[in-house]
Amino acid sequence: MTGDLILRIVAKLLMPFMLLFALYVQFHGDYGPGGGFQAGVITAAAIVFYAITFGLASAQRLVPERLVERLLAAGVLLYAGVGFAGVLLGGNYLDYFVLDHDPVHGQHRGIFWVEAGVGVTVAGVMLKVFYMFAGRGRDAGDA
Amino acid sequence: MSTVAGHYSYWMTIVLIVAGMYILIARGNLLKKLLGLAVLQSSVYLLYIAPAKLVGGTAPIVAEGYAVYSNPLPHVLILTAIVVGVATLALGLALVVRIREAYGSIEEDEILAQDRAPDGTHDRER
Amino acid sequence: MALVVVALALQRNLFGAVVLFGIYSFLMATVLVALDAVDVAMTEAAVGAGVSTVLLLSALYLVGGMETKPLVRPLVPLALSIAVGAVLAYGMQGLPAFSDPEAPIHTHVAPRYLKEGLKETGVPNIVTAVLASYRGYDTLGETLVVFTAGAGVIALLRRRERKKK
Repeated sequence: MTGDLILRIVAKLLMPFMLLFALYVQFHGDYGPGGGFQAGVITAAAIVFYAITFGLASAQRLVPERLVERLLAAGVLLYAGVGFAGVLLGGNYLDYFVLDHDPVHGQHRGIFWVEAGVGVTVAGVMLKVFYMFAGRGRDAGDA
Repeated sequence: MSTVAGHYSYWMTIVLIVAGMYILIARGNLLKKLLGLAVLQSSVYLLYIAPAKLVGGTAPIVAEGYAVYSNPLPHVLILTAIVVGVATLALGLALVVRIREAYGSIEEDEILAQDRAPDGTHDRER
Repeated sequence: MALVVVALALQRNLFGAVVLFGIYSFLMATVLVALDAVDVAMTEAAVGAGVSTVLLLSALYLVGGMETKPLVRPLVPLALSIAVGAVLAYGMQGLPAFSDPEAPIHTHVAPRYLKEGLKETGVPNIVTAVLASYRGYDTLGETLVVFTAGAGVIALLRRRERKKK
């Protein structure tokens, strides 16, 4: 863990903005550049930044590994679930037109949820992979 | 000659492909090989994105006042390819780490030498 | 960018190589912005320069920093790579010129996406619309690939922890 005061304070200040930016990218992806993939990566990068500054243990207190693993699967399930929702409502698999009474709104809604699923999965995978590598390094260092 | 100017992006792509491939083949270090693979991969991004550009066009976000857009389809394909690329890079790195733990080295020839050695060195493997 | 790649090829210090790779990714992202691919550039900047550099560095910490062996016989791979490059250069002559509006990729499905996308999905960013809606199956597959890669990393790197317990 680094003892650099400036780095720690700046990291603390920047964290909310980074996460906010990730959310902006996620939900504004319909209108500007962005979407689930980018938002997931930015979220993961923000937490990785936190982990680098404050040490892995405190990052894992903030975002426990179990939660990350759940997220990883939840994103895929959300995506597939949107597909099944379309089937249940009488359309084809991944057919968004039936999700709302207005087809265009249905499309919009479908895209929203699918992007959310993608974002959650990507963030989960990136973060988990980082935890795996970093945690491994710590073990090797101790031994 | 117009072909040189008109194909500039392709020339760039070829340079990147050749460089990535050279790193991939010539380097014995497994981590370096992965870097070469990543360079090779990003040259493919360029190969896809460059033809999608239209001079005078704008990014494919529909708005008032613009009529010419770049082709969105390659963007979609490459967008997913980048994320998949980093996921596979992570998988490759994980393999390298495991190899390092099993053999104590990430140099290709040393690993081969250990494999060819009759026995004795093999007890380092698990 | 070519300069950075050449330096990357020659660099034997792996730490230096990783840093050069980060620089290379960022340059690639700027090139992509210049090519109007803002979504892709954003991803490349975040993934290439951000996450994969971090991953490479943390892996580097685990495997040790120096490439010990000098190049043994660089000529054969070099010749092979250049031969491949020559073949590609030959094939490239048949491709349409840069920014040719009559090129096949601009005349098939893309105009339809651009024209109907907003009307059909209500999403102005066509990249998002194509990604999530028109090509929803592709993206589902890609998400599964990412998920599988993550699961693979977990499977590869976790075993030792369990052993320790």
